[in-house]
Amino acid sequence: MSEKGRIVAAALAPHPPHLVYAENPPQNEPSAECGWEQLRWGYEKLRRDLADIEFDTIVVLSPHWQTYVGTHFLGVPHFKSLSVDPVFPNLFRFHYEMDVDVDLARMMHDEAADNGLVVKMMENPDFRVDYGTIVSCHLSNPSWDKPIVGISSNRSTSYYSVEVMQEQARELGRITREAIEKSGKRVLLLASNSLSHRHFTTEASVPEDMSHEHIYNHHQYLWDMRVIEMLRSGKTQEVVDIMPEFIEQAVSESDAGSFTWLLSALDYPRFEPEFYAYGTVIGTGNAIFGWYPDSEEGGSPQ
Amino acid sequence: MSTIVKGLLVPGIPHPLLAPEQNEGWQKLRDGFEAARQELIECGAELILVYSTMWPSVIGHQIQARAEPEWVHVDDVFHDLGSIPYKFKMDTDFAQTLQECSTERGLHARTVDYHGFPIDTGSVVALKLLNPDNTIPACIVSSNVYADRAESVVFGKAARDAIERHGKKTAIVTVMTLSNRLFTEFIDPADDAIHSPKDEEWNQKLLEFLGQGRLEDVAQLSREVHRQIRVKKVVNFKPMWWMSAVMGQNNNYDGCVHAYAPLYGTGGAVISLTPTPSGFGNKEFDEDDVESFSGDRNVVDSGSKTQLEPEDTLPAEPTVHTSSPTIQTDAAPKPVGSYPHARRVGDLLYLSGVGPRQPKTNDIPGGPIRDENGDPREYDIEAQTKAVIENIRVILEASGSSLDQVVDITAFLVDMDRDFAGYNKVYNETFGSIQPTRTTLAIRALPTPIAVEFKVVALPGG
Ligand SMILES: [Fe+2]
Repeated sequence: MSEKGRIVAAALAPHPPHLVYAENPPQNEPSAECGWEQLRWGYEKLRRDLADIEFDTIVVLSPHWQTYVGTHFLGVPHFKSLSVDPVFPNLFRFHYEMDVDVDLARMMHDEAADNGLVVKMMENPDFRVDYGTIVSCHLSNPSWDKPIVGISSNRSTSYYSVEVMQEQARELGRITREAIEKSGKRVLLLASNSLSHRHFTTEASVPEDMSHEHIYNHHQYLWDMRVIEMLRSGKTQEVVDIMPEFIEQAVSESDAGSFTWLLSALDYPRFEPEFYAYGTVIGTGNAIFGWYPDSEEGGSPQ
Repeated sequence: MSTIVKGLLVPGIPHPLLAPEQNEGWQKLRDGFEAARQELIECGAELILVYSTMWPSVIGHQIQARAEPEWVHVDDVFHDLGSIPYKFKMDTDFAQTLQECSTERGLHARTVDYHGFPIDTGSVVALKLLNPDNTIPACIVSSNVYADRAESVVFGKAARDAIERHGKKTAIVTVMTLSNRLFTEFIDPADDAIHSPKDEEWNQKLLEFLGQGRLEDVAQLSREVHRQIRVKKVVNFKPMWWMSAVMGQNNNYDGCVHAYAPLYGTGGAVISLTPTPSGFGNKEFDEDDVESFSGDRNVVDSGSKTQLEPEDTLPAEPTVHTSSPTIQTDAAPKPVGSYPHARRVGDLLYLSGVGPRQPKTNDIPGGPIRDENGDPREYDIEAQTKAVIENIRVILEASGSSLDQVVDITAFLVDMDRDFAGYNKVYNETFGSIQPTRTTLAIRALPTPIAVEFKVVALPGG
């Protein structure tokens, strides 16, 4: 591995299980007639662009592996099990099988430990991979032919504040980038979170009945549009700067640290990303974006 | 006498189950679990109802209804302590009853019955230690992240309804720590301690109250407890609201603190509450009590059982407007005021008063009781009563129900002496075999020139 590794693509890849449910992949037990097409078509475009890029590993940070003590990394080479969403078990019962790039995970872990972060390798073979990781990986790479590095979400937003979370996530992002460079690998990064995140607490009797789907409130929508506009014009540092306000005002799922981590790992790109889709899922706001550092303008590689 | 025989508070962090030998306090908690298990046996509990703060829900309230859930559980954080294989026994009838009772109180609730459903660490720890041989069937309920006091109290009352309906001696188990701030770095087990002196002070206050059996007093303090010693992962600290509501909202318990020790920084406590007639005495309500939930949760219409048939594709069928739980149908007489033909509330269907007027023409079978000048005229009470029942049938069917689902009728007659016999004869032809409860009243007048009107409550159908 003489060549320097790098992040060849990165995506904001939210994980509403509804999107997998509506796709009807053979791994998922329930089936749907339709639903959330804007987002699913957005993911389709993301996949089309990713098909033109060679990468070795997917590194994903998911809000649904919640750790209160440190940041954890999946450290078992192969997982095969059933993932049932605790909130939407009616929609998501997914039989998954995946490889883990334990070498890269360990490099990140060690690098983070050397830099004073609280970290741990997760080495229990009975562990169940969280559904956020599974949904984001499946929608980005449904063939599951690439190993992943799974990173937990440290809940420092709950335990301290958004500011502490941000500090930690920025540091973890920088360490992620450096570990990838040392590894010599070509990597796709995924931040698995929604934007605004206030849910409805009731569900239509047919979950994919789109006549019930809309943003939870106007205020959330305004925030989502503000953040999307900033991302589209390359103001990523500014997005990180307003993150505390965004999280407080729109209950954003970026409180998990995943989005700050991703932007930090990309070193706050100022180029225009590829904007694939925006759509709501049970009231939450979701955007799919792609950043391609190797392409001329940063957008789609074609 | 209440069928609730015990209340228990237990911590859900896995150390007392997986690593009691590593720390004296963890072992003390393990022994506390054992003492609580003995109490469960002695009080003859036939059902354990678990509320876990570690099972968050977003879509209303979830109720575990898998008969024998089985898995090898691993905690998200403390995975290095080892795996927890489990196989539990759930009371699926109770789960169903609780779902129904919750819906009746206006809550969104559903049972979950799926292989591989991820039962939370707290529930797993509690059931493994309190009921290791599954001798007592259990039920687990979630903690809605957005639910505030009103919703938590109503969900507690729904559980109380279900326990009464179910009729089994029940133990309530709330899975929570007192202060909940974990250490955010890995610690040597020997160094475990309550995270801060402030957390310790508040924990001591809670132990004092609960040791005196003052459950409702602690429930009243929930918001303050949340501010002082709870990491804000959810809208509020709600388990005591729920538990006190289930157990009857009072302070009349014998409290016993079996164990209290630090659990990775949090305050772990095993406490039992045994209902007693001579408890600490009356509580003072600082906030309104609430019986049914009518908050802003129902933003997404949960749908109606009635099918909407577009008029242009099925002209022969009556149009049914059912975008909300109210029902209007073109096949029944047009309302003479601002009211729907029917409205569904929980598991009951309420009909507005129904007279004999004909749907399209407004004609009154058997003739109106007064002529155009308002003078009395001869009319046929049997024909009017028949028409009333026919209109009721149409409305019930448009609501997905039917005449045989009627449970209660109030009948209004403008002339009891003249009409009772005729009305009663026709009534018996339809309802004699169905046997709803009935009240017949004489009144001075009805809004249109008719002699009879029925007010009906029915089951929604099936
Ligand atoms: Fe999520």
